[in-house]
Amino acid sequence: MNLNLNQISYSSNENTEYVVEMKGIVKRFFNVIANDHIDFKLRRGEIHALLGENGAGKTTLMNILYGIYTPDEGEIYVNGRLVEIKTPRDAIKLGIGMVHQHFMLVETLTVAENLALELETSFLNPTEEVRLKVEEIMEKYGLKVNLDAKVWQLSTGEKQRIEILKAICRGANILILDEPTSVLTPGEVRELFKFLKRMASEGKSIIFVTHKLKEVMEISDRVTVLRKGKVVGILDTSKTNEYELAKLMVGREVIFELEKAPSKLSDPQLVVEKLNVLNDRGQLAVKDVSFEVRGGEIYGIAGVAGNGQKELVEAITGLRRVVSGKIYIGGVDATNRGPSAVRRMGVAFIPEDRKMGFVPSMSVAENLVLKRYRESPFSNRFFLNYDAIQLYAKKLIEEYKIDTPSERSPAKLLSGGNVQRMILARELSNGSEVIIAVHPTYGLDVGSTEYVRRLLLKRRSEGAAILLVSEDLDEILSLSDRIAVMFEGKIVGELPCEKADIETLGLMMSGAYARR
Amino acid sequence: MSWQVYLGDLLYSMIRAGTPLLLGTLGEIYAERAGVLNLGVEGMVIVGAVTGYVVTLSTGNPWLGVLAAAISGGALSLIHAFLSITLRANQVVSGLALTMLGLGLSSIIGRIFIGIPLPSSITPIEIPILSKVPIIGQALFSHDPLVYFSMLLAPIMWFVLYKTRIGIKIRAVGENPAAADAAGINVYMIRYICVFIGGLLSGLAGAYLSESYTPAWIENLTAGTGWIIVGLTIFALWNPIRAMLGSYLFGGVRVLQFRLQPLGISPNLLAMLPYISTIVVLLIGVKETLRKRIGAPSALGVPYVREERE
Amino acid sequence: MIEIKLEKRPLPSRIEAFTYSVISVVFALAVSGAILKVYGVDPVSAYGIIVFHVFGSLPGISETIVKLIPLTLCGVGLTVAFRARLWNIGAEGQLLLGAIAATGVALFSGDLPSYVLIPLMFLAGFLAGALWGAIPALLKAVLNVNEVIVTTMMNYIAIELVRYLIYGPWRGAKEWGYPITDEIPDAAKLICIPGTRIHIATLAIAVASVILIYILITRTTFGFELRVVGGNPEAAKYAGVSYLKIVLLSMIISGGLAGLAGTGEIAGIHYRLRYPESISMGYGFTAIIVAWLARLNPLLVLVTSIFFGGLLVGGYVMKIMLGLPVAMVNIFNGSTLMSLLLCELLLQYKIKFIVKRREMH
Repeated sequence: MNLNLNQISYSSNENTEYVVEMKGIVKRFFNVIANDHIDFKLRRGEIHALLGENGAGKTTLMNILYGIYTPDEGEIYVNGRLVEIKTPRDAIKLGIGMVHQHFMLVETLTVAENLALELETSFLNPTEEVRLKVEEIMEKYGLKVNLDAKVWQLSTGEKQRIEILKAICRGANILILDEPTSVLTPGEVRELFKFLKRMASEGKSIIFVTHKLKEVMEISDRVTVLRKGKVVGILDTSKTNEYELAKLMVGREVIFELEKAPSKLSDPQLVVEKLNVLNDRGQLAVKDVSFEVRGGEIYGIAGVAGNGQKELVEAITGLRRVVSGKIYIGGVDATNRGPSAVRRMGVAFIPEDRKMGFVPSMSVAENLVLKRYRESPFSNRFFLNYDAIQLYAKKLIEEYKIDTPSERSPAKLLSGGNVQRMILARELSNGSEVIIAVHPTYGLDVGSTEYVRRLLLKRRSEGAAILLVSEDLDEILSLSDRIAVMFEGKIVGELPCEKADIETLGLMMSGAYARR
Repeated sequence: MSWQVYLGDLLYSMIRAGTPLLLGTLGEIYAERAGVLNLGVEGMVIVGAVTGYVVTLSTGNPWLGVLAAAISGGALSLIHAFLSITLRANQVVSGLALTMLGLGLSSIIGRIFIGIPLPSSITPIEIPILSKVPIIGQALFSHDPLVYFSMLLAPIMWFVLYKTRIGIKIRAVGENPAAADAAGINVYMIRYICVFIGGLLSGLAGAYLSESYTPAWIENLTAGTGWIIVGLTIFALWNPIRAMLGSYLFGGVRVLQFRLQPLGISPNLLAMLPYISTIVVLLIGVKETLRKRIGAPSALGVPYVREERE
Repeated sequence: MIEIKLEKRPLPSRIEAFTYSVISVVFALAVSGAILKVYGVDPVSAYGIIVFHVFGSLPGISETIVKLIPLTLCGVGLTVAFRARLWNIGAEGQLLLGAIAATGVALFSGDLPSYVLIPLMFLAGFLAGALWGAIPALLKAVLNVNEVIVTTMMNYIAIELVRYLIYGPWRGAKEWGYPITDEIPDAAKLICIPGTRIHIATLAIAVASVILIYILITRTTFGFELRVVGGNPEAAKYAGVSYLKIVLLSMIISGGLAGLAGTGEIAGIHYRLRYPESISMGYGFTAIIVAWLARLNPLLVLVTSIFFGGLLVGGYVMKIMLGLPVAMVNIFNGSTLMSLLLCELLLQYKIKFIVKRREMH
């Protein structure tokens, strides 16, 4: 449905049907077109989902609307008037508020101080003014937060509440939420949706940026689908379904259920016994955790980040010391042996944070042997054998289809997806019997995600024992044979995949089972 | 000499010796709180020193010298600001280059004036009544105006940093510039201003050295003062009040250096004291950082870029 | 309103990198030239005099090589440290410690023959410099203490240490009035090329170090680990590289090479310990720029050392012939470093000036 320019009125707001109109938006980064002549319209009082894979251009478009980026071409109309949004300040003045995926909060300041940054407060004693202004709003919408707490002390759900509070305090009538549920438990997600529906009924207009189809179906009134920077569909949610949306998003039929044949199980390759690990602050992050993973199975650990998964994985891979307990790999004691030794025992590690898994300034080839450069044939005591390294690299580049001009070009030129392929190539090709994968598809588009999952399943059928740690419940559910949930450092439940569903897992993740 | 007079005199000397350090540290604290590491302090201090000296010589007015010194320090700092903030250069190298330039410039400008005495220097002002109080009076109330200025400046800067809106903005810019930017704060402007303040105060510190403390112009007047300032900033945990503590303690080290000399200890070994102390001070600072979980501003030394794609 | 926008560039080619390095030097010459003008000296003729005396006369060339020796040794050491992202500003102090150790060995080891004494002196020099470098390395690796400040402080400590020795316990019995030590025995003196002050042994060591360190960085596992630590310290742990080991070793190498330079200065030029400023006229600091201009490539360090060696000699020429202070060299160094920085940036980013017109709405 196209809105004719002539129909835009410049009089009172109530007559305008669309609160936001973006026309012909173009934005380029280097040679990549992030937004390719995009038209986007938001109606008053609706919850509008902006759907697309990672890299489709959703966040870019919203950053333009919020003034973080400026478009190379195109126009923006707010409440019917042509506007120029050059900084977030301009956007705020127009009543646009944004809740980012990565919170824009200053961790070392208190909540009140963070809010003081946003609001127009006076020079002296700004936190007192904040208190007065904000308490009323907190009551009205039920958004309670402790104003005097330092932000780093709060939970993710609470931090998100602060972000929403910020937006409302600034008088936002148009709220942009960028992938808000990626850090929430299912219970917190439900609360968020309740709250959004309440805001919409009070006349606020909401843009909900996501790549999760289920959420689109659950919460939105309409949905705009982006693919590779272009708009490929604008639909009423009630008139569509997940399959149609997925097809639009990816451009082809998407296989939702990957083939997971029952595989032959062998002895436990990874055994963890009563493990206790401290975090950086000296507190116990992993508490008496025990489990085992057998060859030929995928053991998934679900749970919101911050419940000890990071420390658990670091302990198993030898990057963090263990306070008490044991880790056995292939039957051999691997506790506190250090990363090199653990690797030599046959453990591959795919970290969540890609940045820690490679060295951008070194070549792709060198990155591919990052963990094995000390072994022959890659080196000979003291000296490296670059011929062997390059041969090996060429092989892997072809096998894993890493898109790079040459094995000698620096790794920093690779795109995110290709960096992940490089890391996977390195980790999965050295015949490891135990694979630790932490949210391996984080930030990857649907195509790459499918590829990674297929790879993991292949290794599973070849007999590898795979420990999958992820916040993405879809990933856990589709890949794991057995699923455990971690909450506050403990394993609060373990289920075979047939018996696991989102409800039960969600309850476990929010600690309901822990209190028993 | 009675012990009261001795003690008062000791404290007096400590404060005087610590004042240039305090001035410089206060400035560097603001710069670093905003996220910019300025290693060019040594260059700015010495340029300030020579400028102050030369202007005082030519005009006969020490306060014009002080003003000129501050401005020269500020001007130099703007170069560093431009390189580090707008052009996003490596802040360590930029600061080093500035130090080299500063040392070279001051040497060239000042060489004609080596050894020429000042016609008028900054004279101390004795505050009536208060300065007659035993010990404290002598220690605190018989200083020259620059010292009073620094003593007042520290609590003011502390108040601004922690209790006002501007202070919150500065701290936000140094911790999470992306968040500050999203809140509509002009990250670049705040950083420029803070670096400039750092430059002004460093120049002032230099002026104090050449016009009041020594007072003279000699080669290598500063002898690493700028570097000690950088170390003190860490020791102060980026807190202006703690900076006072650190600066005066350090002043004590300097005083000790001179007082121990008549005891027959080699002056060269004593001269090592300030430098060894700086390392010790750094160690303490790091330990406290771990203990109190107060760290350096998270964005310290990292240039802020807005249009970067993930 | 003019806005400056930075756009990231794809990787620069070698030719571009070279061009920009040349531009940096030209820029620095221009800045120094401007200051010369202010002093009433014509820069072109000044530069002409310098070039003629430095590169066109035998004493000029030989003195350049004399300066090249410590610059190369320190510079090569710094390429190792900088590649690990360790900002070693302390080459100056490490050199002085080497000088101290060499003098100590020479003066107090009785009647040893040359072929024992000289290697001993070099060994002592290396160890002393290595120790001076290892201290900040340990502080950094274990406690994450800022190495810039520590190495700078240790420079000053080293200077005072030298002064303490020459005024105090090592004060020469045979020289009155001057704070210098006795001359070292003949067996400790290095052979020089006749007619020059070029001490051959140290020159050979310097050239050898260039080749050895180049091989070390590019062909060995240590070099690999060095580049990992410098490229991404997070990934280092993940790759099983010991941060402590790399930091310590690179500073030991860097400090040790500087220490060798110190030994060379004593055994080949001064034959005694004297004022620290006379032993090292900023070699340690100049070496920073030498290493940077060489883009941390040991082979190129030889080239840049020639240039900066010539510059140092030129500084003296300027002093003698034109009455200018030696500090001019500092200005040249500072402006070179600054323009190098700028050029690094130009290599990485394209700077666009955007003139924005204020829109009415």
